[in-house]
Amino acid sequence: MRYLPLTPRDRTEMLKSIGVKAVDDLYVSVPKEAKLSALIDLPAHQGEIEVEKALTLMAQKNHPAANGPFFLGAGCYNHHIPATVDHLIQRSEFLTSYTPYQPEISQGTLTAIFEFQTIIANLTGMDIANASMYDGATATAEAALMAKRVTGRANIHIHGALHPQYREVIETYIRNYSDVSVKTSAPDANAACVIVQTPDFHGEPQALAALRKQCDESGALLVVVVNEILSLGLLPAPVEADIVAGEAQSIGVPMSFGGPHLGFFACRKQYLRQMPGRLCGETVDKDGRRSFVLTLSTREQHIRREKATSNICTNQGLFALAFTIHMSLLGEIGFKKLARLNHERACLLADRLSKVKNIKLPNKSFFNEFVVELPVSAAQTVKELAAKGIIAGYPLAGNKLLVAATEMTSEADIEVLAGALEKLSATARTKEVA
Amino acid sequence: MTVSELDKGRGLNVEENLLFEKGTNGACGVDLPEPKNTPLRTGFAARDYVGLPEVSEPQVMRHFVRLSKLNYAIDSGLYPLGSCTMKHNPRLNEKVSRLPGFAGIHPLQPEGTIQGALEVIYTVQQWLAKLSGLPHVTLNPAAGAHGEFAGIMVIHRAHEAKGKVRKTVLIPDSAHGTNPATAAACGYETKTIPSTKDGTVDVDAFKSMLNDDVAALMLTNPNTCGLFEPRVKEIADVLHKAGAYFYCDGANFNALVGRIRPADFGVDVMHFNLHKTFSTPHGGGGPGCGPIAVSAELAPYLPVPKIVKEKDAYKLVTEDKDSIGRLKGFNGQFGMAVRALAYMMSHGSDGLRQVAEDAVLNANYILSQLRDQYHVPFPGHCMHECLLTDKLQKDKGVTTNDIAKTLIEYGIHPMTVYFPLVVQGAMLIEPTETETKASLDHFIAVMKMIAEQTIAGNSAALQNNPVSSPRRRLDEVQAARNPVLKWTAKDTAA
Amino acid sequence: MSNIPADVKYTDQHEWLKFEGDVAVIGITDYAQASLGDLVFVELPAKGKKVKLNDAFVVVESVKAASEVYAPLSGEVVEVNAALTASPGLINTSPYGEGWICKILPSDKAELGKLLDAAQYKSLVG
Repeated sequence: MRYLPLTPRDRTEMLKSIGVKAVDDLYVSVPKEAKLSALIDLPAHQGEIEVEKALTLMAQKNHPAANGPFFLGAGCYNHHIPATVDHLIQRSEFLTSYTPYQPEISQGTLTAIFEFQTIIANLTGMDIANASMYDGATATAEAALMAKRVTGRANIHIHGALHPQYREVIETYIRNYSDVSVKTSAPDANAACVIVQTPDFHGEPQALAALRKQCDESGALLVVVVNEILSLGLLPAPVEADIVAGEAQSIGVPMSFGGPHLGFFACRKQYLRQMPGRLCGETVDKDGRRSFVLTLSTREQHIRREKATSNICTNQGLFALAFTIHMSLLGEIGFKKLARLNHERACLLADRLSKVKNIKLPNKSFFNEFVVELPVSAAQTVKELAAKGIIAGYPLAGNKLLVAATEMTSEADIEVLAGALEKLSATARTKEVA
Repeated sequence: MTVSELDKGRGLNVEENLLFEKGTNGACGVDLPEPKNTPLRTGFAARDYVGLPEVSEPQVMRHFVRLSKLNYAIDSGLYPLGSCTMKHNPRLNEKVSRLPGFAGIHPLQPEGTIQGALEVIYTVQQWLAKLSGLPHVTLNPAAGAHGEFAGIMVIHRAHEAKGKVRKTVLIPDSAHGTNPATAAACGYETKTIPSTKDGTVDVDAFKSMLNDDVAALMLTNPNTCGLFEPRVKEIADVLHKAGAYFYCDGANFNALVGRIRPADFGVDVMHFNLHKTFSTPHGGGGPGCGPIAVSAELAPYLPVPKIVKEKDAYKLVTEDKDSIGRLKGFNGQFGMAVRALAYMMSHGSDGLRQVAEDAVLNANYILSQLRDQYHVPFPGHCMHECLLTDKLQKDKGVTTNDIAKTLIEYGIHPMTVYFPLVVQGAMLIEPTETETKASLDHFIAVMKMIAEQTIAGNSAALQNNPVSSPRRRLDEVQAARNPVLKWTAKDTAA
Repeated sequence: MSNIPADVKYTDQHEWLKFEGDVAVIGITDYAQASLGDLVFVELPAKGKKVKLNDAFVVVESVKAASEVYAPLSGEVVEVNAALTASPGLINTSPYGEGWICKILPSDKAELGKLLDAAQYKSLVG
């Protein structure tokens, strides 16, 4: 078996050195009932050819974004990833290294994390950022829990349209707390935080000044959630926030059916000790050379155990690196340009769709995603268009469809979608008339 | 960092500064169509300044390649971290995960367009069900700790459904910190079960702690001392009689896979670490993937989304009133599931059984060769990892930390140190099955050399290690006392 | 050999205690600071906090560990050593002097009988 280097001779020699006759003698403490003499009922080993074939067949049953017009967003976006990114994250030293607990031989990983933390802090306008979280939804839930720790208060307030899955995850995380409620009202003396997503789930960028005032008056923390991180290249940094959490998948991370993605977490420096997740800090080594090291670990589970700020152990390591590489390629000029490009494609989409009869575009503003009100069921529309090879968007309740455009959206794609919606719209009217 | 600092690199040993220190010369590493600068419809003025570097593609490539040279990796050498299972990461897994049909699909696409993705998840679930003996699996948790969270939440829900929410979870003192952190996150109190002098759970103490307020036991088996709990069936039986559930932390599944099914020794819920047992790459700290498998009784409470198969079609169920709810966005770490499936199919049932046997053989071989020079706190054979301490070296001034740093000097990543906490100066060594005998012999030789150097009185040299690595021992106290967590314009290197 | 001044009282959890009038000044012993290593952070209680004997009311953190400090008697925290916020290392360099942690106004004089004297503490730590 190609991954198992021991030969029968090795095994014999080693058993002799240990002083037992067979490997089974090493499993001496295992109860008889648990010892399996036969192989478990699963297929036998296969070579690369067969495995690749089998997985390729499964992959071919899926319709990837590149295969046709694609307008789906809702917290996961179809962006381009430069070739350099994927090449670099496949370097052995990055791909197959462990968490950098031995900093002397992990400065590659640690330096990249330090750069990641810097980029996230700068993007969000916050003082400090951690080394990443599992995804935007869990990062948001952890932000809510942190606000509870900091304020000592019970309730979590959600302002406006938060991604429904993010709300579900918050509710799972607080399930077993006896005193917590999730509310949508304005914050009061029991409010730990106000959570606001911008752009919101309908694509509308949110003004934060009024919410900042409410939080100052009530003593709640302001948690701003961003799940299209590219929007921070065109929209203002959410400096009004106490915590900014969200999803960075748009940069450097493939959609990959929803995971692995890349949660990020940033906050004001006074909350440092209550932050969840790993932190990388700067120091010097014995020779006075600048070095980086995981620090403030006493917040974490392996030290504080039941008193930890979170039970989280891993971060999204490799994808924090992918993000950092992609952001380095984009840089100050490219990131802002890419953001503007996304917005312009969305404007093109909006202009073209507003010409389709009986379609309304209710958004007052948007970055790269907005709601379309159709004359027919959105869910049905999505299904019918998928059969034609068009991924039309995310169906909200009733006739509302959430559509996104990115730098990958061409004018031709827009024309195909508009044409298909025009046809549907015409059929619907025909049905109504009949 | 000044130019003279960069000049300190020698031969292929590099010094590398930060991207932000490479100057802002208006470079950009991507070519994008020029925006038309039409009026904005965002409702806000365009952002002026972000705070990002300005470099070209060659600079980016060079920067990260140079950084990579400062990293150790399993592709470079032995990585004997106990309970981490640093095995070879097959590149076939990387190749298949990048197929456009896997990487380029969105989680919210219509079900008819992603049947292959659901098939991957369903298939991995089936493999894990068969390997554990627990029939119902979810791949949603993002990492081991997340899987623990899911498992304990499922148990909590089960007790709720029975009408009595219990308050306590029992956890051995040797457990990984994620265990009590998870129990607390689920609203439980933890009570710690002491270990015996054999390094296993004190079963009598455990029995005395059982009452009708105990919701569950969280047990790692094999445990963090590298030992299989010999009385695990007895533990499971009394636990079940008390109406509590058996959660098994599957971090050490590499000793059992294909050979022993946790359901057969009484487990109700267990988590797997795909990034340990099933070779998905550690990536410098993640992503992981922490599926859980549960008994039929607990299946209703599994998180959403759930995958069901109806005839030949797969469906995603996103609403389920019995479920503990959603754990993360979308569908779990799908990309890691693809990699794990390639690994499972490559090994097959026969290969996986061999994995466990070779892992256990390798660890016992190391133990047998080092037990004369190093203190072995617990008697008998080990499973896939062995535990030593610095007891025989400490009074000569050489600690576990010095031994670890000397391994670095000799080109080997240290073992897990100072864990588990039940012994002082722990060194937990897990070679895994993908090491050759020659690699193990090399490790053994270096460890013997360290022991001999200690006896010979050369502690000063050992305490001075590492000398040749990119950095020497770091001032971690300063890092914690004066945290500097990002680069700022006035940040200049020493 | 750790420093064990004769003029203070001790607990078996490695805290020391000395009276300034009615108020007890509290810290951790030289033995404790040596075992913990360089301290990086001290989580101080709020002024006015009421504590009971053996409550975990302070946390001292080194790089690799966080340890609880237990109240050697019941009472009210009347003052905390704010200097420890910027300089936690004072506990290492001067555990009985500048590294004092806080002052408690005791509520139950009977508890004082449970404290150890220098000789008793010395036999504990050797």
